Amino acid sequence: MAPAPSETLKRTPLYARHVEAAARVIPFAGWEMPVHYAGIREEHVAVRTSAGVFDVSHMGQIETTGPQAAALLQRLLSNDVEALAVGASQYAVLCREDGGVLDDLLTYRLAPDRFLTVTNAANHERDLAWFLRHAAGLDAEVADALDAYAMLAVQGPGAREVVQSIADAPLPPRHTSAKRTLAGAPALVCGTGYTGEDGVEVLCAPADAVRLWDELVRRRAVPCGLGARDTLRLEACLPLYGNDLSEDRGPIEAGLGWCCREETGFIGSEAVRAVREAGPSERLVPLRLTEPGIPRPGNAVAGGGVVTSGTLSPCLQVGIGMAYVPPAEAQVGTKLQIDVRGKTRGAVVAQRPLYSKERDG
Amino acid sequence: MADASYPDDLRYHPEHDWVRLEGDIATFGITWFAQDALGEVVFFDPPEVGSTVTKDQPYAEVESVKAVSDVVAPLSGEIVEVNTELGKAPEAINTDPYGEGWLVKVRLSDPAEQDALLDAETYAASLT
Repeated sequence: MAPAPSETLKRTPLYARHVEAAARVIPFAGWEMPVHYAGIREEHVAVRTSAGVFDVSHMGQIETTGPQAAALLQRLLSNDVEALAVGASQYAVLCREDGGVLDDLLTYRLAPDRFLTVTNAANHERDLAWFLRHAAGLDAEVADALDAYAMLAVQGPGAREVVQSIADAPLPPRHTSAKRTLAGAPALVCGTGYTGEDGVEVLCAPADAVRLWDELVRRRAVPCGLGARDTLRLEACLPLYGNDLSEDRGPIEAGLGWCCREETGFIGSEAVRAVREAGPSERLVPLRLTEPGIPRPGNAVAGGGVVTSGTLSPCLQVGIGMAYVPPAEAQVGTKLQIDVRGKTRGAVVAQRPLYSKERDG
Repeated sequence: MADASYPDDLRYHPEHDWVRLEGDIATFGITWFAQDALGEVVFFDPPEVGSTVTKDQPYAEVESVKAVSDVVAPLSGEIVEVNTELGKAPEAINTDPYGEGWLVKVRLSDPAEQDALLDAETYAASLT
């Protein structure tokens, strides 16, 4: 996925802040993004115990408006978009006709005929083209809103308090969004995230991003990079497109049947229904190593299967990951053998989430 | 992690290993530059005592949260000791790369190989 050296990498409005903070900046999906500042583990722990702030301005936005906006999205997205209330958010996958997953997306209904969909950076252009292609003939307008927004994720048990302290009104509850003024800047505040913690995601004008970032950091939100974002989401068993989700597999295999409403007739719904009825040939499961070592994407699972995500859990201090395995191997407690670069490591299919504050302390 | 340092009493391999020579026994580790590039080391998978290592070939792996990296042998020989403390505290590779972060001790099979190693100044100059 690394771009050719000649390709110009994009920078978010916060790039200068990352460099000033001595972050390690890497190419990611066409962007120069911070992988860590102080260190992945320190940032990870900050989000689990207090509050962290992530620059996720590389994520894309697509705005869909018009009388048939809902009808278009109902056709594109796997979830029941018509049932989405104004102010609410909904997770869904974007499928090809054969059910292969093109992206996983969060959509906010801002008004009855106005929706904002957040895309993965690496998929944004493809998603946009897909939206535009299927909008033809409908009374709906699809607009690329990538350049209209910077996006900050403030996550952790103390995140809401930090954001509330600069907000003009109470923050929207979990899974909902609302327009607020943060430190004088108009923003869309959403009770969503990708860490398994409470918190909000904030969409604002690019010109306001630095001021917001500074206000949040001044209130002790710890700057966090993509490294901690990955370890946090993996402990929470949230799938990552490009690792755990791809065009080669469908949502049922990935355990995302809960966000698929085949009765809505979305593109790919027939393929998804067929897999749901017949049962998938493989399932995405969380796993924990029972011995030292760290599973990594591409590691084979004995008996058929492959690891799609893996890391050392900063909270559990053991190797964790997600893997596609045959359904017979997918029950919690099933022992697995993983080939970690030639060494066989024992693992066990674990409960979701891999880390839970209540369970694991 | 402290600032960059490349002690004068060590020899260096271009693949970012250091060597401390004591008679025909050499201690290997990774340089400040290598640990900084890796980020926080969370796992060291040592080779077995008694196994042989070959100059310029990988002999072990160190893992950060994000990635796995091969460690290349700066010289050839037989592993006589591995730093078992790193099993509990691999972060020593970051905090003290030339001290408690040492990886293995090797009985050299061809001491003449060390002529190809770099001194601290030459190695440090190669990084810029």
